[in-house]
Amino acid sequence: MSDPVVRAAGERAVYVHVPFCHRRCPYCDFAVVDMERESSPVERYVDALVDEIGMAEDWAPVHAVNLGGGTPSVLATEQLARILEAISERFGLVAGAEVSIEANPEDITSQSAGGLVAAGFNRISLGIQSFDSGVLRSLGRLHDPRQAREATIAAKAAGIETVNIDLIFGTPGESTESWLETVRNALGLETEHLSAYALTVERGTALSRAVAGGDPGPDPDDQADKYEALAELIELDPYEVSNWARPGAECRYNLTTWAQGEYDAFGLGAHGHRGGVRTRNFRRLDVYLDQVEGGRRPVQGTEQLDPWEREKERLFLGLRLRNGVRAGAAGAALLDSVAGQRFQAAGILKAEAGRLLVTNPLFTDAVARESLALTPVS
Amino acid sequence: MTDPTRIRNFSIIAHIDHGKSTLADRLLEFTGAVEQRDMRDQLLDTMDIERERGITIKANTVRIEYPAQDGHTYVLNLIDTPGHVDFSYEVSRSLDACEGALLLVDAAQGVEAQTLANAYLAIENGLEIIPVVNKIDLPSAEPERVSAELIGIVGGSDEDVIQVSAKSGAGIEELLEAIVTRLPAPEGNGDGPLRAMVFDSYYDTYRGVVCSLRVVDGHISDGEQVRFMATDLIESADEIGVLRPTASAVKRLSAGEVGYLITGIKEIDLIRVGDTVTDSIAPADTALPGYGEPKPMVFSGLFPTDGDEFERLREALDKLRLNDSSLVYQPETSRALGFGFRCGFLGLLHMEIVRERLEREYDLDLVATAPSVEYQAHLTDGASVQVRSPQDLPDPQVLASVSEPYVKVMVITPSEYVGTVMELIQQRRGEMGEMTYLTPERVELHYQVPLAEIVFDFFDQLKSRTRGYASMDYEPGEYRSSDLVRVNILLNGVPVDAFSSIVHKERAYRYGRAMVERLRKLIPRQLFDVPVQAAVGSRIIARETIKAQRKDVTAKCYGGDITRKRKLLERQKEGKRRMKMVGQVEVPQEAFISALRIDE
Repeated sequence: MSDPVVRAAGERAVYVHVPFCHRRCPYCDFAVVDMERESSPVERYVDALVDEIGMAEDWAPVHAVNLGGGTPSVLATEQLARILEAISERFGLVAGAEVSIEANPEDITSQSAGGLVAAGFNRISLGIQSFDSGVLRSLGRLHDPRQAREATIAAKAAGIETVNIDLIFGTPGESTESWLETVRNALGLETEHLSAYALTVERGTALSRAVAGGDPGPDPDDQADKYEALAELIELDPYEVSNWARPGAECRYNLTTWAQGEYDAFGLGAHGHRGGVRTRNFRRLDVYLDQVEGGRRPVQGTEQLDPWEREKERLFLGLRLRNGVRAGAAGAALLDSVAGQRFQAAGILKAEAGRLLVTNPLFTDAVARESLALTPVS
Repeated sequence: MTDPTRIRNFSIIAHIDHGKSTLADRLLEFTGAVEQRDMRDQLLDTMDIERERGITIKANTVRIEYPAQDGHTYVLNLIDTPGHVDFSYEVSRSLDACEGALLLVDAAQGVEAQTLANAYLAIENGLEIIPVVNKIDLPSAEPERVSAELIGIVGGSDEDVIQVSAKSGAGIEELLEAIVTRLPAPEGNGDGPLRAMVFDSYYDTYRGVVCSLRVVDGHISDGEQVRFMATDLIESADEIGVLRPTASAVKRLSAGEVGYLITGIKEIDLIRVGDTVTDSIAPADTALPGYGEPKPMVFSGLFPTDGDEFERLREALDKLRLNDSSLVYQPETSRALGFGFRCGFLGLLHMEIVRERLEREYDLDLVATAPSVEYQAHLTDGASVQVRSPQDLPDPQVLASVSEPYVKVMVITPSEYVGTVMELIQQRRGEMGEMTYLTPERVELHYQVPLAEIVFDFFDQLKSRTRGYASMDYEPGEYRSSDLVRVNILLNGVPVDAFSSIVHKERAYRYGRAMVERLRKLIPRQLFDVPVQAAVGSRIIARETIKAQRKDVTAKCYGGDITRKRKLLERQKEGKRRMKMVGQVEVPQEAFISALRIDE
């Protein structure tokens, strides 16, 4: 069981959503509470999280915990510690479990990083996005390149085992040179993990309104160039479309989601997957709080797929992984389909030793789209 | 039996929007043919599309009884005519059933080309014309100027022009009096053997085929055996009647009267419009002069977006044809579009209406290929073939020459736009004929223009160049030999029949260039580079490349929200389903529709 993906498929993870942000970024469509503009009952929310975790069904000790957001690093160390304690108490953690937090550089100092280690975190994901102050401004970020470097150094110095740098590429106005400089800066910090995402225009965001109003949007060719430039320079292992890691430092929580593994989820708008059922929590803060404070799990909806849909989902998720996915029934159907043949002819899709691989990660969605439309081979 | 001297049969000739249907409504209302509470606007236009577009497609008749100032009650048969150039053959049929016509013109707009064409038609047919100026209550009305135009066309003096407002009802009584006193009564031999002209027919779901009749000689009685002289069908007159405007059965219709006839016939093809109905026992010796068959002028392929809908399309066309015998179609296979039909239409509006009805009433999703005309290909062996689709054009090796239909175009425009109109028509290979000033401000221009140059967007261009003030009409002309070639469009090396077109040699480059540029923009990028080429024979005249797509991936799985990601991909896939695969290239429906819209 040395393959981290195969292992992740059988693991249990916990996701906790912390929606608070100092300010909402213009491209973000996550469940976020903008602390500048909205009432932000942080303490009450943490209480609710602890209560919600307490209401979860029994489970064996978990292998990974991830605090995402929003910006979990806006919470005080004690609040973060309370959340982790609640999880340990309810489920327990296996020895060597991954305990990860997403953080903004401006929140991370030597002191706060030390606090995170003391609270039990052994992985941090820093939302650095760029080392170009112009790009950071257009992304609406509050930190500057210097803070980004200092936060990374502080996190490493504090003894956090795995530090991840999150980057965004293809922001309109970002030159090729700017991106290469960002990559060189990130790689120079020698972290164990790096994620790079193409800026995407999501519906209902300030960015989408600006683009609809005539502002330039991201250019897919420019993004493809930048992706390829990064892939060329980076020495970490590419293990998923947007993720690179030193061997053994892959993100267990993320692998669990792509391997169709199980994760319980807590907090505003959080999504879980346990016992073959996908759940989603209420996305409105007042509703969420009312539910939890009324002693109910704040689940707004569930989805249970039939076996074939589930099989296709396994394929579509696994295709994102660099080592591909076990072909199985859906993979066989894909290889057999007109689209599948087309992808193979175009050199995008490869079948190898019972597995399917997307050989050019830039076309993962093209293959995934066809995978989801497959019908079983009779 | 109605005394023929108390009958007046008339039509209203008017341009679209000049208020014909409103005037008809007002006449019905004034004479009490329709109670106020039953009035709905534009009563005569029964089809949804007619009501929406404000135009009349099928001729309708209505019988009005009017107690005139002379103390007698007159029967007025209003025979409605379609207002669009595509349906001019129906206009002439309707006019054949009348002794008079109202020439109705909007006081703000003045005479339009179609009105004038139909007015000339009426004058040629020997009809008495009453000029009527409508909408005199509009602030922008210029009744004096418009009266002068009317007098210029039909002669007479100011007093002969009746001014009305169909909307308010002003002038309606005066108009009714004019109809009675100025239009002639029908002539005809009331005692002779029956001769009645079928001037229209339509299919009614419950009653089968209903014929509109004008009795010329003799009379027709309920239940008698009648013979359709051209087809030699003998049928029983199951019901005869008049429309008031609702159908009301009568025992007998006599010379001069207009009404309907229902026999046991259920198929519209069996009735030939223009046929003469006579008595089967005591028949007339000779039939009335009939009409020419309406000839389709414009052809286009109609294909269901979803190949499985082919049979439904066939059924829908069959049903439409029940009420529209001018629609012709035959199965056609396109490599790009699959199975469909090559359809012939009277004109562009007819084409649009048919397509809209198929989509709306029969819930079909259709792709229409570029409208084409009927060419004649002359072969080297002396034979000739009809070419209704670019695919049918024979190979250059066996082709001696190609001729194309010309039409006689009449344009009426304010004189300030004469220059731009002439320029447009010259661009369309038009040859100038007569030019007449109707008044110092309005000019009537005559041209010979290839029909193919008219069917694309000529009308739109004319309207936009003249701020909507010019109007046009056309009638079929002769065939002329032209330097025509077929431009093929190749996608990834594969010819796409739906995009090929027969064009004048001098236009080939421009057509090819426009098409490849357009397709490059309309067809989404694929996994590989796709060349888009225009070719005449084996010669490539234009080329563009759709560059391969570089990136089709989004980054995140939204913090474990797999459902959302999956649904997004499924939605995108659903969008792709509506694409047609041409060779190895996915082409969206939109590309077929938009590519065929060539602007200047």
